[in-house]
Amino acid sequence: MIEIRLHGRGGQGTVVAAKILADAVSREGKFVQAFPEYGVERRGAPVKAFLRIADEIIYIKSEIYEPDHLVILEPSLIGAIDLIYGLKEGGWIIINTNKDPEEMEFAGNYRIATVPATKIARKFHLGSEAAPIVNTAILGGVVKVLDLCDLETLKEAVKEGVPLKEEANLKASEEAFNETKGGNNA
Amino acid sequence: MRKVMIGNHALSYGAKLSRARVIAAYPITPQTDVVELLSEMCANGELDAKFIKVESEHSAMAASVGASATGVRTFTATSSQGLALMHEVLHWAVGARTPVVMGNINRALGPPWSIWTEQNDSLSQRDTGWMQVYAQNNQEVLDSVIQAYKVAEEVQLPAMVVLAAFVLSHTSEAVEIPEQEKVDEFLPAYQPRYKIDPEEPHAFGGLTDPNGYFELRYQIQKAMEGAISRWEEVGEEFGDVFGRKYGLVETYKVSDAKKLIISSATLASTARTAIDDLRKRGEKVGLLRIRVFRPFPSEKVKSVLRSIDRAMVIDRNISFGASGIFYQEVKAACYNEENMPPIFGIITGLGGRDVRKEDIIQMYEDVMKRDKPKSDIIWKGVRV
Repeated sequence: MIEIRLHGRGGQGTVVAAKILADAVSREGKFVQAFPEYGVERRGAPVKAFLRIADEIIYIKSEIYEPDHLVILEPSLIGAIDLIYGLKEGGWIIINTNKDPEEMEFAGNYRIATVPATKIARKFHLGSEAAPIVNTAILGGVVKVLDLCDLETLKEAVKEGVPLKEEANLKASEEAFNETKGGNNA
Repeated sequence: MRKVMIGNHALSYGAKLSRARVIAAYPITPQTDVVELLSEMCANGELDAKFIKVESEHSAMAASVGASATGVRTFTATSSQGLALMHEVLHWAVGARTPVVMGNINRALGPPWSIWTEQNDSLSQRDTGWMQVYAQNNQEVLDSVIQAYKVAEEVQLPAMVVLAAFVLSHTSEAVEIPEQEKVDEFLPAYQPRYKIDPEEPHAFGGLTDPNGYFELRYQIQKAMEGAISRWEEVGEEFGDVFGRKYGLVETYKVSDAKKLIISSATLASTARTAIDDLRKRGEKVGLLRIRVFRPFPSEKVKSVLRSIDRAMVIDRNISFGASGIFYQEVKAACYNEENMPPIFGIITGLGGRDVRKEDIIQMYEDVMKRDKPKSDIIWKGVRV
């Protein structure tokens, strides 16, 4: 079983990202469970979402405390809140940033990949210039780094999961897939 | 077709596939998603139903009872405070023998305000005469709505499909959406025995003196008793048609078990993973999940407990002044029987406090080394 925790800010589509990713890997026959942090969400405030992926039915119905990997949709959270708590040693930290993985520093033995998701979201006019919606972009990177499913399968799930700007979201996923640095296949 | 969806939407799809004709609801967190999707389906023509916006949950249930009395399939959904506000009309739905099906998302009651899961809202309605089924995953939520209509319309009693707030309501899982034609075959159009009909007027629910009322109550109990076998049969039949079998209870690794964990809903699902770990350590432990709470499957429970040395019931609810509610029910079912094991009652996870596999293993280790329960409540996870 793989457990993933996603960090973002309210309004960026963090919870939707977990759901789209769940949909994508489910399409390739895996069992999935995606959920938001149990509680209330506020626009701009730190938000968490969680995802379990397994080869068999997932009976466990408790929260995730020690994720295998982290996805950070919002770089301004670095230093603002504890992001890496509970993260398993050797796990991937996939961050939305224009920087290279070597420029990122986290205390601990982790693998780092970077995805310029904000830049890509702005390029395709996803959300507003001030508050771009980066979820479909970062998912391209996540799928690439963690090798969770085909890019094409992700795109099918994106198509189903976004309320509008279907074409732009698909392009964002694809471009992020290609521009991700530091991943297994990157 | 398989679709990744939250538990709330599994309720909506269940109502849609059952071809509910009237949906009356007042939006309350977290059930808002349920009726939001249903209202969209009504608006875009996917579902041929009348959507009635009402001003309170009391009115939602009143409108549902009224609609059902005219002989149409009726759906509503609510949660916590909303269910509490329906209380008076819940009794009416039973007395009027209207087979309304309702989704209830288990959420703790205020004050203090909470939006997290706990079973006290639905279990407080235990004695209204509503049938209650507790789901452990989103597939079961959808499937149970369809089964609930089938049983409810046969026995002429309303039914509640209950799911945990957040743990299912806002959690996305892959759900197989059954084909409409197959559902139509499994659950044909509702054929009411009696209905409000201007062509053939009757009085419904009028003043009934002691010469008549008693027998009507007797009939409700008889209908409940009849529903016990129907839930089992309908669950089997559902399995034959759709490949997913259900029953009054679900057991896991009980055939050679000497110790038993009993629970319901998503706690039982997590307990299953604890059973796997404990089995690896050589513990002869099994799981009994009580799926249908009303009517209570006493015979099923007893038949599992007969071969058990020690049992524990995990409750995410409490009857203040007594104990956990599933614990009470299990104990009551066993009291007049020979050779029943000691039964321990654990209360945990109130107000949505998370219960992990590790917590259940710890409960097991602590409880199973005790000889006899010293009190009716063993508290777990409370900070005092």
